[in-house]
Amino acid sequence: MTAVPTPLAPLAAVKRISLWRRYLRRPLGVVALAVFAFVVAVAVLAPWLAPFDPNLVDFRITRAAPGGEHLLGGDSAGRDVLSRLLHGARTTLYGAVITCAAGVLLGVPAGVAAGYFGGVTDRVCSWISDALQSVPGMIVLLVVAAGTGQDFTVLMVALGVFLAPGYYRITRARALAVRREPYIDAARVAGVTNPRILRTHMLRAVYAPIVVQTALTAGIAVGMQAGLQFLGIGSASTPSWGQMMNDGFQTMLTQPLILLWPSIALGVTIAALAFIGSTLADLISVRADQPSRRSRGAVRRELSTSSQVPSGVHVHEVCALRVENLRVGYATESGVKEVVRGVSLDAAPGEVLGIVGESGSGKTQTIFAVLDLLPAGGTAVADDIRVAGQAVDKRALGRSIGYVPQEPMSNLDPCYTIEHHLVEPLRHVHGLSKADARARAREVLVRVGITDPDRVLRSYPHQISGGMAQRVLIAGAVAGRPALLVADEPTTALDVTVQAEVLELLRELQQEYGMALVIVTHNFGVVADICDRVVVMKDGRIVETGAVEQIFRQPADLYTAELISASLDDTEGRHELDELARVGGEDETR
Amino acid sequence: MTAPLLAVEDLVVDYRLHRKLSLRALKGVSLSVGPGECVGLVGESGSGKSTLGKAVLGLAAVTSGRITFDGTDITHARGAARRRLANDIQVVFQDPYGSLDPTMTIGEVLAEPLVAAGSRNARAVVAEMLDHVRLPADSVHRYPSEFSGGQRQRIAIARALVRRPRLIVCDEPVSALDLTTQATVLDLFLDLQRETGVSYLFVSHDLGVVRRVCHRVSVMYQGEIVESGDARTVTRTPEHPYTQRLLLAAPVADPARQSERRAVWLALRDTA
Amino acid sequence: MLSFIAKRLMSGVLLLVVVTSGTFFLAHAAVGDPTPGLLGNSATPAQQAALRARIGYDQPLLVQFWNWFSHAVTGDFGTSWRNFQPVNDQMALRVPVTLSVVVVATVLAAVVGVAVGIVCGLRPGGLLDRGLKLASVVLFALPGFWVSLVLVTWFAIELKWFPAIGYVSPDQSMTGWLRSITLPAVSLALGAIVMVAEQLRNGFLQVAGQDFVRTLRARGLSDRRVTAHVLRNASPAALTVLALLFVGLLGGAIVVEIVFNLPGIGSLTQSASQIGDIPVLLGLTAVTVVFVVIVNFLLDLVLGWVNPKVRDR
Repeated sequence: MTAVPTPLAPLAAVKRISLWRRYLRRPLGVVALAVFAFVVAVAVLAPWLAPFDPNLVDFRITRAAPGGEHLLGGDSAGRDVLSRLLHGARTTLYGAVITCAAGVLLGVPAGVAAGYFGGVTDRVCSWISDALQSVPGMIVLLVVAAGTGQDFTVLMVALGVFLAPGYYRITRARALAVRREPYIDAARVAGVTNPRILRTHMLRAVYAPIVVQTALTAGIAVGMQAGLQFLGIGSASTPSWGQMMNDGFQTMLTQPLILLWPSIALGVTIAALAFIGSTLADLISVRADQPSRRSRGAVRRELSTSSQVPSGVHVHEVCALRVENLRVGYATESGVKEVVRGVSLDAAPGEVLGIVGESGSGKTQTIFAVLDLLPAGGTAVADDIRVAGQAVDKRALGRSIGYVPQEPMSNLDPCYTIEHHLVEPLRHVHGLSKADARARAREVLVRVGITDPDRVLRSYPHQISGGMAQRVLIAGAVAGRPALLVADEPTTALDVTVQAEVLELLRELQQEYGMALVIVTHNFGVVADICDRVVVMKDGRIVETGAVEQIFRQPADLYTAELISASLDDTEGRHELDELARVGGEDETR
Repeated sequence: MTAPLLAVEDLVVDYRLHRKLSLRALKGVSLSVGPGECVGLVGESGSGKSTLGKAVLGLAAVTSGRITFDGTDITHARGAARRRLANDIQVVFQDPYGSLDPTMTIGEVLAEPLVAAGSRNARAVVAEMLDHVRLPADSVHRYPSEFSGGQRQRIAIARALVRRPRLIVCDEPVSALDLTTQATVLDLFLDLQRETGVSYLFVSHDLGVVRRVCHRVSVMYQGEIVESGDARTVTRTPEHPYTQRLLLAAPVADPARQSERRAVWLALRDTA
Repeated sequence: MLSFIAKRLMSGVLLLVVVTSGTFFLAHAAVGDPTPGLLGNSATPAQQAALRARIGYDQPLLVQFWNWFSHAVTGDFGTSWRNFQPVNDQMALRVPVTLSVVVVATVLAAVVGVAVGIVCGLRPGGLLDRGLKLASVVLFALPGFWVSLVLVTWFAIELKWFPAIGYVSPDQSMTGWLRSITLPAVSLALGAIVMVAEQLRNGFLQVAGQDFVRTLRARGLSDRRVTAHVLRNASPAALTVLALLFVGLLGGAIVVEIVFNLPGIGSLTQSASQIGDIPVLLGLTAVTVVFVVIVNFLLDLVLGWVNPKVRDR
């Protein structure tokens, strides 16, 4: 359990807020949307709003200053700037719609098909997409414009083709991820046809990212469109912002205002689209917001003043680990959520202590707090945490504390060899020379039962099995001969037979090095196998502490008893249960 | 013994890893499931147990061998034939988080198989099924994220049941759940089988779970079935050395007995 | 590793052939009969026919294609239809100009973008990070040529720090060259810097939340060493963006060059497009795609070096 537990009251009222409502809570997003709506309104109403025909030439107003009935003055050909600006919005939006439509129509179906069907479809579509992205679009657009330069629609479709890979990549990635979800397999087994799966599950999955992508693509499209018009592409009789900018560019030194108006219109429109896109992207990404420093201080204060009575007891004078009244909290929208609420425990040198509980009990959070490695947003407050008699600080990690994680594969850096994983801490934390560190790494790999250490040292994490990766991680944890070894569900991700091997190895190493071992687990079998003492946790508190024999023989707490009896060893098998049910049924009918 | 509902004969399944390299996931496996029976399939990761389940469901391509359901050959059933089978064969997957579309309400999730079959009274059936799996009726308007792991697994079971199938393939359906939740979900499986007479092909890595719900058990190792038989015998006094090792490797929640078992396991390991 | 390199090279060559052939037919379809464009509307039919014969336009399209392609393979892109100068000579003058602007812009984007990205990744929510977020939207919003207009007005015309227009070859004067390409390169690079920085920052944060980073910290490694691990894992995405940007900047340079009146491929492409000078357009396409292929190939090599999984594929 590495995730922050979020216990949910069974079927409690949950606030569901639509994306739209959440969007309206973002001031920046609302302003951007309002601005964009204004541009759209102007574009639609341009023929009625514009005071003059945008192409009407009146030599008297050539490069005229703003004022009078020509609010923004005249351009270098004697046309009303305001009217051209308003009609330009029409051109701009029309082009953006065409471009986005072309991009969506090409990119989305191809992306969904490539992600869902994979194989040849995927390879062909991906190659085409990569190729399109490798072509300098501007040059090919100019080639297209060479003959059809006056046909704006064709040019905008061509632009859409070059922007389609953006849609393709995003939908393919989503479709690929969703394809691996069991609910797609479940739908197929339920007899749902492929077209229907694509229409419902796939489209729902890609919908939100496509909306975001469209806001961004529209921004890019408007910019590139203006760039093309700036280069003189497009009909002279259709007013456009890019063309106006080109006109203003010629007279930039004498009449900078002519350049200013279309620049503002263009910048504001694209900025509005970009802010709409980034607001939407923020809303749909599940990324947890980084709590500010102030809220971390607030969490700390709240935790410090919480009136919880510490749970758990101390039994040892000399401790390898001693934790006094530990509290861990996370800042959430509705205040501080305490996941560990006053935990006190200790472990003697050479003792194996189990911390056991179900998901959400706070067992993993407790040891992350001890290691000072809580995930972002987590804050720990304790009266005292000592390892081998010393207050825990940065220097304790890797030296007096070793750590064995739960999931072996995700805990090795995929970019480095096993040798680097083992040698780096030995050299830079323990100060060994390169040769000594290598020798020690090899030695400790042999110790954890790896028979071909030289090959493993040369390997990258993806080249070894999960069981072997866990041995490597254990080797890394004990290489510095710590006084305390902390293992977080070290066997949960492993097969049963490998699990037995790893437990045996942990036991041997613990005895050989005389370490204290704190092992977090949900499995009472593991507790029975390896632990001397056990701490039972529930909802962030310790419900019971005791020697293993005593806890199993005579659990003092009801919850402990329930947990132990939930394990299925030696319970009735199916045949006995059927027998019981049959007898019970007869009893009832009698 | 009555004719089996599901019969798997000499099944071979290859996975293509590469253009040239392929992996034989199943090396000629035979198995049968009778009506109203629960047959367990036990093994470790890579043993091929999930592949067998997928082959029965039509989610893995069969290289050779035969799968028959109720006397009909369904080995290579595709398209419409496979969709007709949805009436009879359903599935419950392991992952209670990935097995429900997060964008659908529970009502939509449960109605999907019925809509696919063109059913008209989907609503009534959905309400009935929610009641069957002991979930409140107002669940239909909620989204999967509002439910706990155990509750989601109940929803997945309800989805498997809405078409009233005769066989449900259960792929590690309780291994992602907490122990106490696991026990109640297993009880639900048992109750539903007694109420509806559905058969289970129950894939699991846990001998304890299999002992609890299965009548018969097959143990898989590296793509082959190494031992088959009555659940009592296989999960308590197995004959095959691999099953023995598997049984001994899982620690039991009793310190005294576990230390004995560990000694036996160590002895077995050192002789192997 | 060798087969990996060979595969990437093959893919690049295939891309080159497909894109140039595609452009050939696209250009012919788009332009149609080029002679009115080349000669103007006042030319007589006889003059037009003479020109068609001279440029080989009277031959079947496939023959024309073969003539062009068989020469292009040897590196000869023929002669311009307008002035009958060899296309290669024209490009030899202009490509270095564009390339120097684009390369300087890319290097700027890489160096500044990576630095900003790391700082923002280390302190998410900090002042610079919030600034980056704003800048990413604003600069994304403003097309490169718009930015270059502002830069010209401000730095060249108002402050007179840099020449407003024109190009100085590095052979003549190194400082002159730098001064002449600084503004164009900066106006191209601004948007790119932000994109690289954002990509790196997001990748950085994503990697920093992964399990192995916690384990590295638990081993007692210093913040600096852990950061190095995170950076290496986050770099492929940023590198990919950088390579894509190179392609984008090549296109963007065309417009920026016109603003700064640089004698690069921009004005050449523009004029060739206006009169339908197909050989020039094709030559320019081929040369830019060659650069893109080279950049993508280098990217693949670097990615393979950074991430061992890519090599094994």
